[in-house]
Amino acid sequence: METMFTPFASLGGGALIGLGAVLLMLGLGRILGATGIMSGLVFAENGSEFSWRAAMVVGMILAPGLIFLVTGQMPELSVPVSPMMIAVGGVIVGLGASFGSGCTSGHGVCGLSRLSVRSIVAVPTFMLTAAITVYLSRHVFGA
Amino acid sequence: MKLIFALFTGLVFGVGISISGMINPAKVFNFFDIAGTWDPSLAFVMGGAVVVTFIGYRLVWRRDAPLFGGGFQIPPNNAIDARLVGGSALFGIGWGIAGFCPGAAIPALGTGRWEVVLFLVAVTVGFYARRLLTSVQQNTKAA
Repeated sequence: METMFTPFASLGGGALIGLGAVLLMLGLGRILGATGIMSGLVFAENGSEFSWRAAMVVGMILAPGLIFLVTGQMPELSVPVSPMMIAVGGVIVGLGASFGSGCTSGHGVCGLSRLSVRSIVAVPTFMLTAAITVYLSRHVFGA
Repeated sequence: MKLIFALFTGLVFGVGISISGMINPAKVFNFFDIAGTWDPSLAFVMGGAVVVTFIGYRLVWRRDAPLFGGGFQIPPNNAIDARLVGGSALFGIGWGIAGFCPGAAIPALGTGRWEVVLFLVAVTVGFYARRLLTSVQQNTKAA
């Protein structure tokens, strides 16, 4: 399934993702990692650990609705894989991101920006395995 | 005030994810599908996010403390270990199977698509599985 090349929207959206990361550092002094925020919510040990993460998640969830209000359209989202692949992929994402201490936002955006050596190792690792996985599922096993 | 700030930060991040195309698994698959229907847009997302965060973090760190106190909590730059590399490799495999990563899926919840709920539940199962594996490992060591 083809998707349109959107350099300007992607660059602008990326800049906003970066702005979000900078704001969280400015306000709360934290790295913006979605894995950390999610697992922090699931395994929170006290209310103050829970509340700011919950507020952030609410803000994130409101975003597509805000875009709908402004543009009249929900952001485009198509899922070309089976529910089984979403479920299996999700469990592997949860395992891998928690063992690897981060995902695309934590290692990718924040880690690379602060020149963390761990992130400089993590990002090419997950980019490579993702590319191999997509190659295998699309061109070898034929999805 | 801190919670409103956190909510706003999440909203900025979520709008960025939505506009950039990260929210759309079809676009994620195509980013990795260099041999097929390649769409390089997501490289622009990463580029925009890292440039803004790289500069923004350095401006923020001129301050003595975050706006809402508590100090800057930067993850320690520990050595590269098997957990980091193995976890990141696994994360990439899961991302390549499902097409969602946690930072894209949380804002995607706002579109109301059931696939997103399935993915996030599966990620949470992965988090618990990691906890279980780690505690088994520790018990084995102790015994």
